[in-house]
Amino acid sequence: MFEVTAKKKLGDFSLDMRFDSKAPVTALFGPSGSGKTSVANAISGLLKPDEGRIVVGDQVLFDSKARINVPVHRRRVRVIFQESRLFPHLNVRQNLLFGRWLARKSAGNEFDEVVHLLGIEKLLKRRPRTLSGGERQRVAIGRALLADPAALLMDEPLASLDQARKQEILPYLEKLVAGARVPILYVSHAREEIERLAQTVVTIEDGRVKSVGATIGEPQQAVPANRVLNLRS
Amino acid sequence: MDWFTLSPEEWDAIRLSLRVATVGTLFSVPAGLFIAYALARWRFPGKFLVDGLVHLPLVLPPVVTGYILLLLFGRHGPIGAFLYERFGFVLAFRWTGAALAAAVMGFPLLVRAVRLSFEAADRRLEDAARTLGANGITVFFTVVLPLALPGILAGFVLAFAKALGEFGATITFVSNIPGETRTLPTAIYTYTQVPGGDGPAAQLAAVAVILSLIALVVSEYLARRMSARIGG
Repeated sequence: MFEVTAKKKLGDFSLDMRFDSKAPVTALFGPSGSGKTSVANAISGLLKPDEGRIVVGDQVLFDSKARINVPVHRRRVRVIFQESRLFPHLNVRQNLLFGRWLARKSAGNEFDEVVHLLGIEKLLKRRPRTLSGGERQRVAIGRALLADPAALLMDEPLASLDQARKQEILPYLEKLVAGARVPILYVSHAREEIERLAQTVVTIEDGRVKSVGATIGEPQQAVPANRVLNLRS
Repeated sequence: MDWFTLSPEEWDAIRLSLRVATVGTLFSVPAGLFIAYALARWRFPGKFLVDGLVHLPLVLPPVVTGYILLLLFGRHGPIGAFLYERFGFVLAFRWTGAALAAAVMGFPLLVRAVRLSFEAADRRLEDAARTLGANGITVFFTVVLPLALPGILAGFVLAFAKALGEFGATITFVSNIPGETRTLPTAIYTYTQVPGGDGPAAQLAAVAVILSLIALVVSEYLARRMSARIGG
């Protein structure tokens, strides 16, 4: 589902990634500063690798050799950022429909379903600044889901929340992940979240892939990072 | 003389000033937004030159700005002649010329305020909009512009106030023709030059103070309302 080869020099830091995951939910695990967000940005298109190839599902989004670089707004890789990034000048409903409106889809049943799934029925008319951190993050998840995604990219979606808020959101994420029809990349440095949500874990350190396996860290056997893995079955 | 009644000439000057300042400032907004955005976000050769040109009216003696306008937009100036021959459009010694002078003098204030608000805009929100499918133009109109609105408004009011009070460039470029180019400041100046003009001059000065205060209060009110709506 995610096939990533990316090299990028960012000042003193260099990214040299290669992984391939066929799992519906892939986790990208690593300490802060290991390059997780750079990989996420390379996939969403916010960061252009110096060289490499990025395939999500069956779509080639970037290929330096073939000179392919699909612009961010056409990738349909919907990102849930750590800091929500809701639009402060729009209310919750308008935020939820922002991407959907651009995808020229009407609100429809899906809107009601997503709003119900995330339990945000009562927030629709509120402004983002009046929401709690957990509520904001649920709205951000809804906004990504409703934007006709080809893939979902969750970049530390719980990292800025306290423990109670995390426990509030995790069940929603589990439901969502279980029912998702699109590949999901879950970026985190929290073991618990990853163990609950992902089937394949790509562990990275210092800009390099350390292991790819069913669990964090050392896999059962040393696996070359570039080997195609499908550990779900 | 009655302090609370204004003569038709005085009303003319007030109406004309409001029209000149409104038209001049409104027409300068699109160009102001574009240049402010370019200065805030783009790198291009000659950027410092554009920056300098925009700010020139702020530091030049207004008379010089007016004289340059006259050279360029006068009936025999390169742009003025072109406008007249092509469209029959005359700026020199017309109220439209006063509006142009007002726009040019207010332009640096508009651009500065708008540029600051573009620079302060949260780029991460723009990235979020792009990942949700918005191209550059859509991001600008749905995210950048609404978030910069308080700054745009502040710049508009500053430029409007400047336009309302513009004297030197106006009188040099379009002279001081009653009913056509005699704006509030030039009318006050004229009254101070004639015997018995002290009364009307003081009245118009009071009007100028009131108009400027209203502009400031309105902008403050709108800016507060907008930042409350947008929130931090």
